[in-house]
Amino acid sequence: MSAALLSLEGVHVAYGKVEAVRGVTLKLDEGQITTVIGANGAGKTTLLSAAAGLLPWSGRAQYRGQDLSRMTVEDRVERGFCLVPEQRALFGDMPVLDNLLLGAFVRRHDKAFVRKSLDAVFEQFPRLAERQTQLAQTLSGGERQMLAIGRALMSQPRLLLLDEPSLGLAPTIVRDVLKRVRGLRDQGVSILLVEQNARAALDVADYAYVMDTGEFVLEGAATDMANDERVMATYLGGRIE
Amino acid sequence: MSLDIVLILLIDGLSTGAIYLLAGLGFVLVFSVTRVIFIPSGDIAAFAALTLAAFQSRTVPGSIWLVAAMAVLACLAECVTLVRNGSARRLPHAIFFYAVLPLIPCIAGLAIAKQDVPEILRIAITMALILPMGVLIDRLTLRPLATSSTLILFIVAIAVHFLIAGIGLIVFGPEGVRTNPILDGVASLPGGVVVPAQQILMMIVALLLSLVFYLFFGRSITGKALRATASNRVGARLMGIRPERAAAAAYLIASGLAAIVGILIAPVTTMYYDSGFMIGLKASVGAIIGGMASYPITAIGSVFIGILESGASFVASDYKEIIIFSVVIPVLIWRSFAVHRDGDEEIEELA
Ligand SMILES: Nc1ncnc2c1ncn2[C@@H]1O[C@H](COP(=O)(O)OP(=O)(O)O)[C@@H](O)[C@H]1O
Ligand SMILES: [Mg+2]
Repeated sequence: MSAALLSLEGVHVAYGKVEAVRGVTLKLDEGQITTVIGANGAGKTTLLSAAAGLLPWSGRAQYRGQDLSRMTVEDRVERGFCLVPEQRALFGDMPVLDNLLLGAFVRRHDKAFVRKSLDAVFEQFPRLAERQTQLAQTLSGGERQMLAIGRALMSQPRLLLLDEPSLGLAPTIVRDVLKRVRGLRDQGVSILLVEQNARAALDVADYAYVMDTGEFVLEGAATDMANDERVMATYLGGRIE
Repeated sequence: MSLDIVLILLIDGLSTGAIYLLAGLGFVLVFSVTRVIFIPSGDIAAFAALTLAAFQSRTVPGSIWLVAAMAVLACLAECVTLVRNGSARRLPHAIFFYAVLPLIPCIAGLAIAKQDVPEILRIAITMALILPMGVLIDRLTLRPLATSSTLILFIVAIAVHFLIAGIGLIVFGPEGVRTNPILDGVASLPGGVVVPAQQILMMIVALLLSLVFYLFFGRSITGKALRATASNRVGARLMGIRPERAAAAAYLIASGLAAIVGILIAPVTTMYYDSGFMIGLKASVGAIIGGMASYPITAIGSVFIGILESGASFVASDYKEIIIFSVVIPVLIWRSFAVHRDGDEEIEELA
């Protein structure tokens, strides 16, 4: 069995006394899109935030064979483990270009690297190139999402955690964003994708977990799950888009 | 009021404003990165003045012992934290940063204290000695509370001021000091107005440092990383920008600015161990005008406060403090009407 890029075992996360994630076990293979789908409030954001080191958690977790329990958020970023949070967390009062340059902060001393990353991001998101000097807080929802992803890509991460990239976007843009997510996978970035929009997520993912009130209730190949009407109806409210 | 007097008051106000500007920039920087209103920066300014004065009178400044003690304690605190978190490999870095670096100017200070050395060396060693104070104060008192509310941080900052001023009384004594002017002489303006060179120096230094500030935050990636931490702490962390390093950088810069303030005003104002508080408080008015967020508005606010103070001390000297602090009230009212947009507040609570 190949070693997983990211593995979580019996991970619990609590807000005070309330457990929002209860004993989750997940394995993410290199070069794949793994998705966690589930209704609003299932605990998806909590799980991602804890995995990225923003929230305290208990259980066992490894990234590239290294124990995550003593790594800070910044240690993870230096090792190519990046989160695009649900709130995007852009630097609103700074221009698009500065947001992107800061995305490569951990590689700031390698000017050629930063230049190459910037060119790659601009090629992927030409819209950002056009809006370089615009303040991040004045961007539209779709552009903000592109900037958030582009900023995370600047450090050329190995593992990208995406929390609801489709949130607040028009359906046509959702498809576009998810198509780009697949493009990233094809370039060798492994992705943990969290989505409420199950149908769209299953379309692009390789493997899927279904989360319900803090637990994983189902897992399987994304295509199998997408074709299982019963699964869709039971856990995902039969939402078909 | 004749034109001469207006001109003299204006120049006096501008040079005072220059001082508030330098200190105000430090306030805004530290607050935006750490949410701490760093009241002790005034004390740091006073300590710089008292340290330089001690060197000039061929005595060992008490601040050497204070900085050395703080360095040892901060180093211990950092090492304990690192070992507890299982990051023992970072110990050498911590020892170098918290103990070795601050102790170098302490030793240099002991070496030159009783010697006849050029004035510029005294100033340089004073600067180097005072520079780590903010970082050390942060490591010992504020960083363990970094996630507390702004109010708690503010109360602790005030407590730290009294602590530092108390130590100042012990190590420097109650006497006031004045240092030798860095620049002697006067400059004559057209119209027969004479301006002390020291005042011109204050304005030039403030202008130059404002320019450096502008370039640092506008161009350098380190400056942008500090702004990023201020803009969205979680976002900055997700880019690998460590908040504790950003805070250390902010405190370092603020201490440097405070030290420059102390060295610039000591030749024109008698400095006591507790003189820093009033300087810090007045400079904070400029920073409050800037909403503790905007450097340009802080600069304008500080210059305004300087001119107001100089005008007030001419018209009604006894009331000048009342006049200055009364300005805060309408400013705060006006500010509270300004829309406060901060869409990222929610995720702040996650961290
Ligand atoms: N900061 C918080 N404090 C307390 N409870 C929270 C907090 N954030 C989320 N929760 C709760 O944790 C549960 C999971 O939330 P979340 O992880 O945001 O779900 P999802 O991302 O799947 O919509 C919800 O019941 C939510 O109310
Ligand atoms: Mg969520």
